[in-house]
Amino acid sequence: MSVITKQDEGVEIAKRRASEGKRAEQRLGMMLCAPAVIVMLAVAAYPILYAIYLSFFKADLRTPDANEFIWLSNYVTVLSSSIWWTAFGVTIFLTVVGATLELALGMLLAIVMHRTIIGRGLVRTSALVPYAIVTVVAAFSWRFAWTQGLGWLAGDNAPLTERWPSLWIILLAEVWKTVPFMALLLMAGLALVPEDLLKAASMDGANPWQRFWRITVPLIKPAILVALLFRTLDAFRIFDNIYVLTSGANKTASVSIVAYDNLIRGLNLGIGSTMAVLIFLTTAIIAFIFVKLFGAAAPGQE
Amino acid sequence: MAAMTESPRAKFGWGLANVLVLVYAFVPIIWIISLSLKGGDTLNDGKYLPANPTSEAYSTIFQNDDFVRSLINSIGICLISTFIALVLGTMAAYAIARLDFPGKRTIVAMSLLVSMFPQIALVTPLFKIETAIHIFDTWPGLIIPYITFALPLTIYTLSAFFREIPWELEKAAKMDGATPYQAFRKVITPLAMPGVFTTAILAFIACWNDFLFAISLTSTNRARTVPAAMSYFTGATTFEKPVAAIAAAAVVITIPIIIFVLFFQRRIVAGLTSGAVKG
Repeated sequence: MSVITKQDEGVEIAKRRASEGKRAEQRLGMMLCAPAVIVMLAVAAYPILYAIYLSFFKADLRTPDANEFIWLSNYVTVLSSSIWWTAFGVTIFLTVVGATLELALGMLLAIVMHRTIIGRGLVRTSALVPYAIVTVVAAFSWRFAWTQGLGWLAGDNAPLTERWPSLWIILLAEVWKTVPFMALLLMAGLALVPEDLLKAASMDGANPWQRFWRITVPLIKPAILVALLFRTLDAFRIFDNIYVLTSGANKTASVSIVAYDNLIRGLNLGIGSTMAVLIFLTTAIIAFIFVKLFGAAAPGQE
Repeated sequence: MAAMTESPRAKFGWGLANVLVLVYAFVPIIWIISLSLKGGDTLNDGKYLPANPTSEAYSTIFQNDDFVRSLINSIGICLISTFIALVLGTMAAYAIARLDFPGKRTIVAMSLLVSMFPQIALVTPLFKIETAIHIFDTWPGLIIPYITFALPLTIYTLSAFFREIPWELEKAAKMDGATPYQAFRKVITPLAMPGVFTTAILAFIACWNDFLFAISLTSTNRARTVPAAMSYFTGATTFEKPVAAIAAAAVVITIPIIIFVLFFQRRIVAGLTSGAVKG
């Protein structure tokens, strides 16, 4: 009898120890994550809530005493302004055309990086250069290249003084910089396609084009969607290239440029915050569409 | 594997593709280098390469206090931000990769959200908050947002690296009486150093590249970094001089990045793709 009790006690103690260990592990896990979480909450979550709050006020730094609660007036002002909608159109154009071009070129580059045997290191190293270079540096390079009388690409033209030529140059700068990143993400997908499968298809008489569309693309669809999601959200916040290339002149401003102009140049916190909230909402909608409609899996999920 | 069956024509094709990649990557870089080496007399000749290379522009910018100051700001701010993001990110990534605790998924989702965040949406409130607590136009004023945006990248990349580390060693350490913290500090950390190093490079590149925070949250050369300072070169002097000066400044901040890429290409590729493969 007493023996059984002792055994029971032993099991109890072991259980308690195990759950204590479990609890210690949980506590350690939360403790280790806490600083990172606190920083992200304090510097990202709190300010966006503050921006929502500010967007309901007439908050102009030039007249700091005239702050008052004005309901949705800021939203009415922004959403009925043609400057905002032009910028929104420009941003959507750059995002959609940019992401499409980047996907196509990124796939080409990924295939070259994946298939090249001789000089593979050299190719991968050079492909990383545009990714790693400071955007502003590359933007100045493109700007000077297209400046009349100075640049090797400009000749007698001044494309950066006209709207559509400017937009195409902005697109070129953006695509040049981001294709390598796209290619790296796609290359990670390509590495997962089994070589045997491609060989088998080849023996069955499938040409390279068919092998690419029927085998490779379906297999790397998750990688494509993740790369597209990343790039779309990133393209939507385009700022550096436009700031350096045109400063938003000739109706080439993106939503980020317009918001920046309202805040730093116009010192209008209310309008600036309203635009910040609208940009945030648009980004959230884009991400939602990707995840729900295309089933893009967020990296890190298992 | 494919090389063995490839015809000379296919080999030529791949060689051509490689050359195209090189041209693609380097044409804008060589152009900005060549601009920085053109003297005042040949600056406007519109040629791709300089006729008489001179280092004039470089001596000009290094005598310019604003530029030297911004270079110090850039190096200091990016190093500190990278270091802090790494410390916080390493702790969080270890927990995510190795431990089981409530809220893990939320943290991963949150860092994804932050990395996708439109920075401009933060600029307005941060501008106001930083002015109120007097860190506008100071190093901490830039370091804080930089840490925040480097953190998600750090957490992803590192947790992917951490998953590769053999579990058994940590168990063995615990068996020998090490506490979970000691197992982390003495066993896992040394094994994880290559991953941490790669992540440091990626985080540094991200901070080094920032422009939006740098122009919005600074107003003088106290904290202005090189990308922001470069954009202010433009209006300051006559038309001809800034071009060469900007080009030279651009080359100066590009050199460290090119060196990183040359030496650590393999690791950077591994770091950038690790998150995606795991997903």
